[in-house]
Amino acid sequence: MAKTRSAMRRKETMYGYIFVMPWIIGFLAFTAGPLLFSLFASFTDYNITSHMDFVGTENYQGLFTEDGLFWTSLWNTLYYVLFSVPLTTIGAIFLSALLNQDVPGIRVFRTLYYLPAVLSGVGVYLLWMQLLDPGTGMVNLMLGWVGIDGPNWLFDPNWTKPSLIFMKLWSVGGAMLLYLASMQGVSKTLYEAAEIDGANTFRQFFHITLPMITPVIFFDVVTSLIGGFQIFQEAYVMSSNGEGGPANSLLFYNLYMWRQAFENFNMGYAMAMSWILFIIVFILTMINLKLAPRWVHYEGGDNR
Amino acid sequence: MTSHQDDTRYIEEAGSTKDIKNPSYFQHHGNRKNMLKLINFVLLAAGSLMILSPLWWMFSTSLKTMAEVMSFPPTFFPESWNWSNYIRTWEAAPFTQYTINTLVITTLVVIGNVLSNSFIAYGFAKIPFRGRNVLFAIVLATMMIPGFVTLIPQYVLFAKIGWVNTYYPLIVPAFFGSAFNIFLLRQFYMTIPNELIEAAKMEGASHFYIWRKIGLPLTKPAIATVAIFSFNGAWNDFLGPLLYLNDENLYTLQIGLQVFKGQLNTQWNYLMAGSLLVLLPVIIIFFFFQKYFIQGINLQSGGK
Repeated sequence: MAKTRSAMRRKETMYGYIFVMPWIIGFLAFTAGPLLFSLFASFTDYNITSHMDFVGTENYQGLFTEDGLFWTSLWNTLYYVLFSVPLTTIGAIFLSALLNQDVPGIRVFRTLYYLPAVLSGVGVYLLWMQLLDPGTGMVNLMLGWVGIDGPNWLFDPNWTKPSLIFMKLWSVGGAMLLYLASMQGVSKTLYEAAEIDGANTFRQFFHITLPMITPVIFFDVVTSLIGGFQIFQEAYVMSSNGEGGPANSLLFYNLYMWRQAFENFNMGYAMAMSWILFIIVFILTMINLKLAPRWVHYEGGDNR
Repeated sequence: MTSHQDDTRYIEEAGSTKDIKNPSYFQHHGNRKNMLKLINFVLLAAGSLMILSPLWWMFSTSLKTMAEVMSFPPTFFPESWNWSNYIRTWEAAPFTQYTINTLVITTLVVIGNVLSNSFIAYGFAKIPFRGRNVLFAIVLATMMIPGFVTLIPQYVLFAKIGWVNTYYPLIVPAFFGSAFNIFLLRQFYMTIPNELIEAAKMEGASHFYIWRKIGLPLTKPAIATVAIFSFNGAWNDFLGPLLYLNDENLYTLQIGLQVFKGQLNTQWNYLMAGSLLVLLPVIIIFFFFQKYFIQGINLQSGGK
């Protein structure tokens, strides 16, 4: 009896590995293998064709001490993350609070606000290049209606990054749905009790809704932070083939890495860059995880 | 649902406060509520104009003559509706070829993603085996790796095996599962009772058979979500084709549009027509399959 049970367990284990085998192969071939290679190559002068000589920490030292564009790209990326993450988070929460009410046409509103989130790629970037065009675009036309002389957006180094953040805010509906789902899971009795205690809508929002959705806020902040650091396509398309925009104001980290890797073929150098980004993102994610118990509220009490 | 007991308790407690006994309290309170609802509605309506106006602007611009596009101030409605702009756009670049290429890649990516992720997720959700939790933790951890860290060494790998300028690097990885989809489908598999699987095993069914005959049919809604997300991802993919496709005959719509942008400079009417044509399939799919998008988001937030 015991023997057949262990035989069965062995059989289950065999089946288990057969089922997850595609992932294991893919993980080794497309993730783990490349990661190891990249870690090694970041200490070489690899250029994909002719040489791959060990150069120690030269790439890393060069980045930190001699490469001004590295710092420019890091600064641009930090600027983008610092503004886009809080703005899109607050925007999405505000929007989902509005969409969590019982007003006429609420289903239509939810669909409309979500629509931009599924649109992405070159078509959307081209659309925003036109909308933000200082002379022929819609945004400055509308600003003109209320007496504001709109900026030169993508042509003014001070306004290029806000332009991208602006575009990002248009598609805030994706995160909105995440919050909406979570808000609808908050127990009605909590609101009924607060109502009877005389708490107004705003107090209810800040003292019930907001604490109850903190797990989703946490998830959203962690993922959009990781995503924000990887901004590339928008900048590549909206700054004519990745030139980096006026005064390098759109030269984001990944764009500069792309240039080093696939235009200059400084593969070793670019891979060193990618590891620095990896470490930055990793540390920030760890800080997020460490800080989470202080503000993330998990129902059931055990604030792990 | 709240129990009746709870309700009466709150009401009794509230009954002790003098405000609530006063009938005008409810009336006043009701007015305030309606006022807030009205503000809510007005905000949502104004916001939807902001969401929709860029799309209208894209459509409107695509129908204008170039003279009208350049006229100042820009017009909100085209003077004449030049539908021929669309034909001209389509003929100005090999868009038919780009569409076929994109469809080939997209179809294969969707098939690969659906099959592999469903298969892998079944293993993680329904077969108990040693090492499963560790492997699944690795699956989740891979979501935190910034794409560029693996992108460069992956390129080296594909270049070395002669896959540059082919569709293989865009399609083959889809057949080995991806963390996000495995996670999504596993969440869904977890809702299938284990007894069902056990009963089938008692009947002598193998896991392959159970996956095909029970797993696949019961997870159809989640599979639809994965299919739609992968369609969107592959259709909008810019980075992959940009990196791997050099031959113009192999270009996808996203790359084609980017090249088109370079050729046309600021011929916004044609550029907007092209953008709209590329975005149209996504918009149509969105309106038909909305509920699957929303379901994907709900599964995501359920996992926190």
